[in-house]
Amino acid sequence: MPARVITITSGKGGVGKTTGVANLGVALALEGQRVIVLDADIGLRNLDVIMGLENRIVYDVVDVVEGNCRLQQALIRDKRLPELHLLAAAQTRDKTAVSPDQMASLSNDLRSECDFVLIDSPAGIERGFQNAIAGADEAIIITTPEVAAVRDADRIVGLIEAAEKGPATLVINRIKPDMVKRGDMLATEDVIEILAIDLLGIVPEDDNIIVSANKGIPIALDGQSGAGRAFRNIAQRILGQEVPFMAIAAEAGLLGRMRRLVGRW
Amino acid sequence: MRFLNKLLTREPASKDIAKKRLQLVLVHDRQPLSPGLMQTMKNDIILAISKYVEVDGENAQLTISQSTGHHRIVADIPVQSPRRRA
Repeated sequence: MPARVITITSGKGGVGKTTGVANLGVALALEGQRVIVLDADIGLRNLDVIMGLENRIVYDVVDVVEGNCRLQQALIRDKRLPELHLLAAAQTRDKTAVSPDQMASLSNDLRSECDFVLIDSPAGIERGFQNAIAGADEAIIITTPEVAAVRDADRIVGLIEAAEKGPATLVINRIKPDMVKRGDMLATEDVIEILAIDLLGIVPEDDNIIVSANKGIPIALDGQSGAGRAFRNIAQRILGQEVPFMAIAAEAGLLGRMRRLVGRW
Repeated sequence: MRFLNKLLTREPASKDIAKKRLQLVLVHDRQPLSPGLMQTMKNDIILAISKYVEVDGENAQLTISQSTGHHRIVADIPVQSPRRRA
């Protein structure tokens, strides 16, 4: 089967793109897939630290594009999963160091090395984003259930369609079940209704994400944690398996409203 | 049940406020032209049409509607009286 190139993007920063790429990379590798995760956030690289591979980087994506090294030399093998590799962003350059055409051609070169290329897009809609989607076959939009993130996600939906990479699918990240129950956080159905794209996954807010980032061990390696299981479910859906969505938040019913009422007194 | 809910609820849940605000702001965000450019385009269209017929620019309306992903510019421009050809 030909490799799939998938860009993970969001518009807004801080909603979990990098964490998502690291964990989907891990989860797909756990499913036996050969995966390359590519950090397209040139100048602000972080995928390396989230994956705990920051000490192994010699060559980066700009080195590959400029021909300073062979592609294989820049692919860093994951410590835990031999079928998972990282192609790091350059830290001392900026978004203009590579062009969308160069990224598209790089993505094609990567196809022969693996089953999945996951591209970590920078925030924003400018050159970095254009670079990140240039070589993609598909796009996954990550958002959180907050007005600013959903608004930016809507903009990205349009841009991905305009770039003929659509329709994008959606991952809603950092859902707080208690807040959804109280009616103080947009529910999954609300976000889907507003953005009108297909849901790929939902990920609960999980303190373990911060712990795992502290250690450089992606949470998907831990099948017990809520977020870890959520990312594994998403990976299985990417592979075409039918996996039911996690029961993160129950419908806000009478009980929730009574709790709200009581809480005010 | 719904009746009871209504009795117990004094103000809408904040997520409902968020949803309404988002739906409103996205109607504007999804417009391909800013209100200022829409006005300029409307003036230009009226100017072009005025070469052929006399129109009521005051009551002219130019809107962009969206259905199934396609935008459509709809101009509603009242004609006052056909201008005689020279």
